[in-house]
Amino acid sequence: MIHFLVHDKKDTVGVIVVEGIKAGQELTGWLMEDDSTLKVKALNDIPIGHKLATRPIRNGDTIIKYGFDVGKAIADIKVGEHAHVHNLKTKRW
Amino acid sequence: MISAKTRFHGYRRENGRVGVRNHVLILPVDDLSNAAAEAVANNVKGVLAIPHPYGRLQFGADLDLHFRTLIGAGSNPNVAAVVVICIEEGWAKRVVDGIAKTGKPVTGFGIELHGDHDTIMRASKVAKQYLQWASELNKEECPLADLWVSTKCGESDTTSGCGSNPTVGNAFDKLEPFGVTMCFGETTEITGGENIVADRCATPQVREQWMKMFNRYQEVINRHKTNDLSESQPTKGNIAGGLTTIEEKALGNIQKIGKKCKVIGVMDKAETPTRPGLWFMDSSSAAAEMVTLCAASGYVVHFFPTGQGNVIGNPILPVIKLTANPRTARTMSEHIDLDVSGLLQRQKNMDQCGDELLEVMLRTCNGRLTCAEALGHREFVLTRLYESA
Repeated sequence: MIHFLVHDKKDTVGVIVVEGIKAGQELTGWLMEDDSTLKVKALNDIPIGHKLATRPIRNGDTIIKYGFDVGKAIADIKVGEHAHVHNLKTKRW
Repeated sequence: MISAKTRFHGYRRENGRVGVRNHVLILPVDDLSNAAAEAVANNVKGVLAIPHPYGRLQFGADLDLHFRTLIGAGSNPNVAAVVVICIEEGWAKRVVDGIAKTGKPVTGFGIELHGDHDTIMRASKVAKQYLQWASELNKEECPLADLWVSTKCGESDTTSGCGSNPTVGNAFDKLEPFGVTMCFGETTEITGGENIVADRCATPQVREQWMKMFNRYQEVINRHKTNDLSESQPTKGNIAGGLTTIEEKALGNIQKIGKKCKVIGVMDKAETPTRPGLWFMDSSSAAAEMVTLCAASGYVVHFFPTGQGNVIGNPILPVIKLTANPRTARTMSEHIDLDVSGLLQRQKNMDQCGDELLEVMLRTCNGRLTCAEALGHREFVLTRLYESA
């Protein structure tokens, strides 16, 4: 069972692709770029389609997804923590 | 899998273009003519009225776009014949003359000096003739090079970038070598991925035109924005689906143009491409506006990947919906023509899903009604550039 996807090796977040992920659950991720798998423990309940940090992220860090800059962290985000609009923000507009 | 031998059955029109639908359109030029247009469609079963709220006191570039969109909609090869209704005859004639360049049957009516009743009667008689004439037109076998395919995604979420958008990209990469004419748009929704699109432009001239178009739209956003565009772009639905920033949304969005296709040209809204290949069309990212512009540009079938479940359709252009979100595929199944959620569990690969989408496309071209058509989604939404005079 794949619980989350990571597009690129450089990415710092992954996408939850199943419903009902609960805090404390051991998750299996699929790194699409090289077809490898990785394990992360969820720190929050995370809805399908939402992201979790796959690497430690510090307040102000650039968030990498698809191998590119998709915004910045506005709080520290731990591995396995829900990464959403409460802790990351656009650099545009 | 498509090949040089792949054929579909379409209607070859007077100007050589091929349509996959055979509509007789009742086209109001302005809001005031909607009632008469809908009355004609009520009198003559099987014709299609496309009411809309605009057309009065527009001027300059906004008026040009209005006419270009209406003339483009009527000229689309999915349309066999057109009845145009306007409050006065002059502008009806302007739209009729524009559509007549395709060679298809088209007649215009002005309401002034006649009233609704007389206009509806005269227009209904012509509409009935057109409908019966169109019903005897035969389809013929056509190569893929006769096909024009557009794309735009909606109510995207993170699964769009993982699954449904790259499925469209895979299909576009496979269609391009066979001379298919394709387009994408959504200018502001490429914010954060503009350099990726620039690097895909076929020539330095196209690259320059693209960046100029992109920067112009950024100025519009900067002029009108309040703090940021949270809940507008990305939308509240996008955010509920897990997207966070415009950059993240954009990088998912541009998966639709595949890995190989080059952008061979850029068009203003509702302009017509001049040769096969992948075009960029400047447009709003609002689904119904963008798909309407694609119809006006001459595209005959549309790929619409969705995450959270946008339900859009278009009266002229069959809209094929696909999703990679298993919850959307389950809870909104009546809207989904192709479920590619297996991609997210490694049950299917991108090549398989691209082929499945092309199969649905060919079935749609051959006459299968899309979910949006079966459910009566006919969103015809005109893009406005600024206030009326």
